[in-house]
Amino acid sequence: MADTISFLKPREAVLSRRAAIIADLTELLPPECLVHEARELVPFETDAFVSYRRLPLAVALPKTTAQVAAVMKYCHRYGIPVVPRGAGTSLSGGAIPQEDAVVLGLSKMSRILEVDYANRTATVQAGVTNLNISEAVGIDGFFYAPDPSSQLACTIGGNIGMNSGGAHCLKYGVTTNNLLGVKMVLVDGTVIELGGKHLDAAGYDLLGLVCGSEGQLGIVTEAVVRLIAKPEGARPVLFGFDTSEHAGACVADIIGSGIIPVAIEFMDKPAIEICEAFAHAGYPLDVEALLIVEVEGSEAEMEAMLKAIVEIAGRHGVKTVRESQSATEAALIWKGRKSAFGATGRIADYICMDGTVPLGKLSYVLNKTSEIVDRFGLRVANVFHAGDGNMHPLILFNANDPEDAARAEEAGNEILKLCVDAGGCLTGEHGVGIEKRDLMRHQYSEADLNQQMAVRYAFDEGWILNPSKVFPLDGRPAA
Amino acid sequence: MTLIPNSEADAAYIIRNAAGDGKKLALCGGNTRAGFGNSVEPAEMMNSTGLSGIVDYEPAEMVMTVKTGTPVAEIETALAANRQMMAFEPMDHRGVMGTLGEPTIGGVFAANVSGPRRFVSGAARDSLLGIRFINGRGEAIRAGGRVMKNVTGLDLVKLLAGSHGTLGFLTEVTFRVLPVPQTLETIVISGLDDAAAAKAMAAAMALPVEVSGAAHLPQTVRFRFLGGGLPEGEATVLRLEGLGASVSVRAEKLAAVMEAFGPVSRLGLEQSQTLWRQIRDVYPYSDGTLKPVWHVSIAPSAGHQLVAALRLETGVDAFYDWQGGLVWMRMEADPEAELVRRYIRALGGGHATLLRASDAARAGTQAFEPQPDAVAALSARVKQKLDPAGIFCPGKMG
Repeated sequence: MADTISFLKPREAVLSRRAAIIADLTELLPPECLVHEARELVPFETDAFVSYRRLPLAVALPKTTAQVAAVMKYCHRYGIPVVPRGAGTSLSGGAIPQEDAVVLGLSKMSRILEVDYANRTATVQAGVTNLNISEAVGIDGFFYAPDPSSQLACTIGGNIGMNSGGAHCLKYGVTTNNLLGVKMVLVDGTVIELGGKHLDAAGYDLLGLVCGSEGQLGIVTEAVVRLIAKPEGARPVLFGFDTSEHAGACVADIIGSGIIPVAIEFMDKPAIEICEAFAHAGYPLDVEALLIVEVEGSEAEMEAMLKAIVEIAGRHGVKTVRESQSATEAALIWKGRKSAFGATGRIADYICMDGTVPLGKLSYVLNKTSEIVDRFGLRVANVFHAGDGNMHPLILFNANDPEDAARAEEAGNEILKLCVDAGGCLTGEHGVGIEKRDLMRHQYSEADLNQQMAVRYAFDEGWILNPSKVFPLDGRPAA
Repeated sequence: MTLIPNSEADAAYIIRNAAGDGKKLALCGGNTRAGFGNSVEPAEMMNSTGLSGIVDYEPAEMVMTVKTGTPVAEIETALAANRQMMAFEPMDHRGVMGTLGEPTIGGVFAANVSGPRRFVSGAARDSLLGIRFINGRGEAIRAGGRVMKNVTGLDLVKLLAGSHGTLGFLTEVTFRVLPVPQTLETIVISGLDDAAAAKAMAAAMALPVEVSGAAHLPQTVRFRFLGGGLPEGEATVLRLEGLGASVSVRAEKLAAVMEAFGPVSRLGLEQSQTLWRQIRDVYPYSDGTLKPVWHVSIAPSAGHQLVAALRLETGVDAFYDWQGGLVWMRMEADPEAELVRRYIRALGGGHATLLRASDAARAGTQAFEPQPDAVAALSARVKQKLDPAGIFCPGKMG
């Protein structure tokens, strides 16, 4: 277990009252909604950022907004930290608890409350999985656009917390662009609604502020999300290039040409090799970089767009062009990319970075990334959303070797600083969590951070909501 | 006297001093929405027109950084030279507000001004990637950045967008731009009443044809568009944009489905461009009067119900954008704020913003939708954290 990232010191006043707190929570929740036996708490000690673990004090799994409000009101009254949790798929440690915290899990609130096709909205509870929404409306020709890789498991509440993206965000935007309203429990248990089925919320854009706030401003229990009519078809094309510079320039040219593909995915040679060995997708092994570009629409539209895209690739010395003539071929092109994380996990432990850079800096940052990782004696595989500059270097290491793990963390930090210095940011879609918290000063000035924290205080004066996350632990202003 | 700082440092200096002296400042850009919002307590004007110019524009990356006092026209010209545009189609308020002046990009984002494409491509706030602003302490703050995906820290960018100069003085904005569609076409369905039009627009949006504009223009306003050139009867208009071949295929498909609702005709590129600009700028109510004009945001299927309910009780004229989710209403006499807002609540919620009215009518009307107590209290706390001395546009938003 790594230990370079620290947590706030547990509040003694809370730890010493553990038994009383559990007794009180028992009054507030039905028995099946409260977990407090040490053995049963283990599944909640971490999320997908598995290098760090902390056992929580208790886990509340409410079934209604009223129960969430009751728990919040109680925790607020006694200054007990609360760590919200969806499915626990955060890659940045956003859902990792701490010893004095009550985990507030939304997994029992997993109903789709209403689907309204006339207004193209779905009203859902926060614990509904991302994919559940698209599955529920798919038969009627609609879908919910943001598609994080973990969409089978991750919840809408978690997506809102992290403002999640996905491969198809190039065209449809991320969570914040597809969210119309929330029902939310404030820190003191007050229930508010922001937005609704109408397009712009009234007054200050608190909805926009809440989205991506990593559980620090309140607990979202319900959401109204936009539905979009499903395109008639989607078709990918695969390109292989001799250098990542050529691939990077091709991406910039496609974007600049006026065509907006739904996705442009990039893989470098190590990623191609790992995925091909696992998925046997027929990826070319004699290229340094691979792009998967997907377009949507009717047959005629896809033909026209693909023709233009293949021409652009030709101008950048493309070595391999594989078009898909059938659904099977299309699925095969995606199969390697979609198995990237799983395939990598079979050969080594890895941490997945999430910096975003301006498109013009893609190849520069890729080259520098290799240099950094080489210097630490580690390996890296790059597989990411190139269309929006959202890099995902996977740094491979051996988790059983603490020194190796520490090196991987350090290399990751250098890569993220590189992204910021190139004009980008620390995290494009995974969130800051604990992982990138101590790098925030690299991206923001003290005044910038203080302003963000001041706004955070407007929601949570006692700093009990997900308190160890996002902002560096030192230098937090007093209320 | 109007304060016109010509650097970010100047602006910070003025604001720091104002905060120290408790002097109120009314912030604006080109002031083309003069007369909008609640009447502000007496305050000195401070505008951004001294901060002007494109700082950085990378057409290949589809991102532009500009100082906030830059005229929208200058930006549109620079974008057009690269066949790019602002996807959210910012409205020009001069016609309806009867103002002169030059719209600035800072004003566009401060008011989150979005046009017809908003219901598919997002609002101004969705295109806004990063900002620099001076908070009420006189500190220069940066939020967001220049990349499309960015979840690093709290999203103060969204908070400042649409805050109408009450939270900070924007000095620089970075926003995403999009390629101009190769062509566009408009499908017109004629003769539908408001309720039938709502059904037709919902049906169109359920098709995989990527409609990028859906408006309904009842008889009373139809003559005002295209110099009276729209076909006989009410006009329900649907816009398609994109590559030439693709648009004509989609237009065929859409027209075939829409024929079940009413007679269908089609408008080509130039007429479509004019029509959607006129819809964007609320052309029918750019009438040189001070009759109250409401901007109502509501669930698309409820827009026409709101108007039908109001018609029984007061003089109101209306047309619809955003598939019915944006209702532009011109009242014959009084704003009738209570009535309007009561019906909006009864129809599932939304909000009404009074864009234009005589000074007398404005004095007695909350321009922005009153918020539930808990939300109002939260908003006030947020304002206090950005503008502790309460010097920016006091009273403007409530």
